[in-house]
Amino acid sequence: MSELTLTVMRLGFLAVLWLFVIVAVQVIRSDLFGTRVTQRGAARRGGQEQRGAQRQTAAPPQAQRRQESGRGGNSRQRRGAPTKLVVSEGTLTGTTVALQGQTISLGRAHDSTIVLDDDYASSRHARIYPDRDGQWIVEDLGSTNGTYLERTRLTTPTPIPLGAPIRIGKTVIELRK
Amino acid sequence: MSSTSNTTTIGTIGAPSRRNTELALLVFAVIIPVFAYINVGLAKEDTVPAGVLGYALGLGLLAGVAHLVVRKWAPYADPLMLPVSTLLNGLGLVFIWRLDQEPQITTPQLGGAMAPGQLMWSTLGVALFLGVLIFLKDHRVLQRYTYISMVVALVLLILPVFFPARFGARIWITIPGVGSLQPGEFAKIIIAIFFAGYLMVKRDALALASRRFMGLYLPRGRDLGPILVIWALSLMILVFETDLGTSLLFFGLFVIMLYVATERTSWIVFGLLLSGAGAVAVATFESHVQTRVHNWLNPLELLNGGVTETAQAMYSFGSGGILGSGLGQGYSRLIGGIAPKSDYILATVGEELGLAGVMAILLLYGLLIERGIRTALAARDPFGKLLAVGLSGAFALQVFVVAGGVTGLIPLTGMTMPFLAQGGSSVIANWALVAILLRISDTARRPAPAPAPSTDAEMTQVVRP
Repeated sequence: MSELTLTVMRLGFLAVLWLFVIVAVQVIRSDLFGTRVTQRGAARRGGQEQRGAQRQTAAPPQAQRRQESGRGGNSRQRRGAPTKLVVSEGTLTGTTVALQGQTISLGRAHDSTIVLDDDYASSRHARIYPDRDGQWIVEDLGSTNGTYLERTRLTTPTPIPLGAPIRIGKTVIELRK
Repeated sequence: MSSTSNTTTIGTIGAPSRRNTELALLVFAVIIPVFAYINVGLAKEDTVPAGVLGYALGLGLLAGVAHLVVRKWAPYADPLMLPVSTLLNGLGLVFIWRLDQEPQITTPQLGGAMAPGQLMWSTLGVALFLGVLIFLKDHRVLQRYTYISMVVALVLLILPVFFPARFGARIWITIPGVGSLQPGEFAKIIIAIFFAGYLMVKRDALALASRRFMGLYLPRGRDLGPILVIWALSLMILVFETDLGTSLLFFGLFVIMLYVATERTSWIVFGLLLSGAGAVAVATFESHVQTRVHNWLNPLELLNGGVTETAQAMYSFGSGGILGSGLGQGYSRLIGGIAPKSDYILATVGEELGLAGVMAILLLYGLLIERGIRTALAARDPFGKLLAVGLSGAFALQVFVVAGGVTGLIPLTGMTMPFLAQGGSSVIANWALVAILLRISDTARRPAPAPAPSTDAEMTQVVRP
């Protein structure tokens, strides 16, 4: 075999080996998943796509979520129903989350929908979710310092009136149209 | 993190299963060793070797079956571990086959050709990999066998003392008619299970009940007990089996897992002090260890009118340079014996693929270890976290001990480069190790089930403790 062919093969092999390493690193990079920040319009479209994708699978937990999304869909059509959740006080003031039938978790845990940077919040503090009729409910998840709706501390899951302040530590959130 | 802009929402992205990425990488990981195989044949004999089709089909079949089983039984497992292991194992087979082509080191006295045997062991390894994935539905089952695995690991570690020493170390057990195996390779997995189960229960006592002294947390005397026992055991392995590698792996693994479980830097300090003191003490009276240290300090010394293995390994790294001499065109056969196929296989890689190739191989090991640690971070249960750290720590220590020994960073020990080097026990044990890591990563990356439906929240009230 000629010297030239062997040299080409030698360098070619090293190139292929390194290509594998680089592709593997790219896979790692695209594999870092976590929370994602999207534009509101895009998010709604994305949500619908997701719902479509879930409809194709028949796994029980996803079927469960699909029902929830369906309920959310109904709630959006109801008149006078809130469409967004707004943080009105605290470090996250101004943050909004579109209400699309999904459960919103609040707390210091990194996988919460709204990550609270607040010394008075527990890691899984409270959650806000729609019930069967599309009414939004807030539930305290056994937090240390409690969740307050208007001035009362929550002990049971409670429906949220439009515009009523929910206080968690220094953060206040409310549902708006 | 959250944004303060008015027009954004925050949502979580579900982890995709990424099985197709794995398949693509696997195809890549099969093609590279086949390329290497053809390259060796062209360089040695000017023809494409006759066995290339069989080799490609064999490796492809192993990888394909492994992929299908992962798709069925661990659909959310990490996409990188299987391709990287396949690539390393395939390259190892090519390197062993390439060294089989050297008549000087493939004499019947030295065991003849070793690639067919290694291929058989790799097949057995993949079979064990499949068995673990299919039958181990949940890694937390292993937690039940904490103390049983301690006993099994101790038996496996002590057993070789009763068998004759080979190549200066008692790390083999010989079963008549079947062959010999190194129980230490399997012991490292079982001991990681024991440490994970034990430390999960004891870590609070080890982490919190301590006095602060000069910036270090000093553990209580009774908490120091276990670490001293493990230290004494690893020293006994060093004395009775004269094997530096197993001893270092065993003790190092314990210190790593202790550190991860308790988050106390003082354990690392204690571990380093204890292992340093132990190694020095044993080295003063154990001649085998002394020889190894002597070879390490004087690598280029002449012995019986010739250079030592250590020197030959250094020469092969040197003659490889940056880009290497090309596959099949090196002279690592000069290391002599079967050492170039087992302990010194990295020297062959260094000579024929050069610094660039060695770095790529070490990076592949690094990626495998990184995925293991990443699995530990993502795992939700403390036992899984500790086990994943322990298994990838054992793997990392082994790679460090061998690569460090061959390149002259630390004294050489009798361990094998995982997947790459010739050795049946090693390849089987490492496939099992990767299977357990894949099982943990499947559990860790599986999307969490939706929260329990609260349809009857109004009717019944959930009382929380």
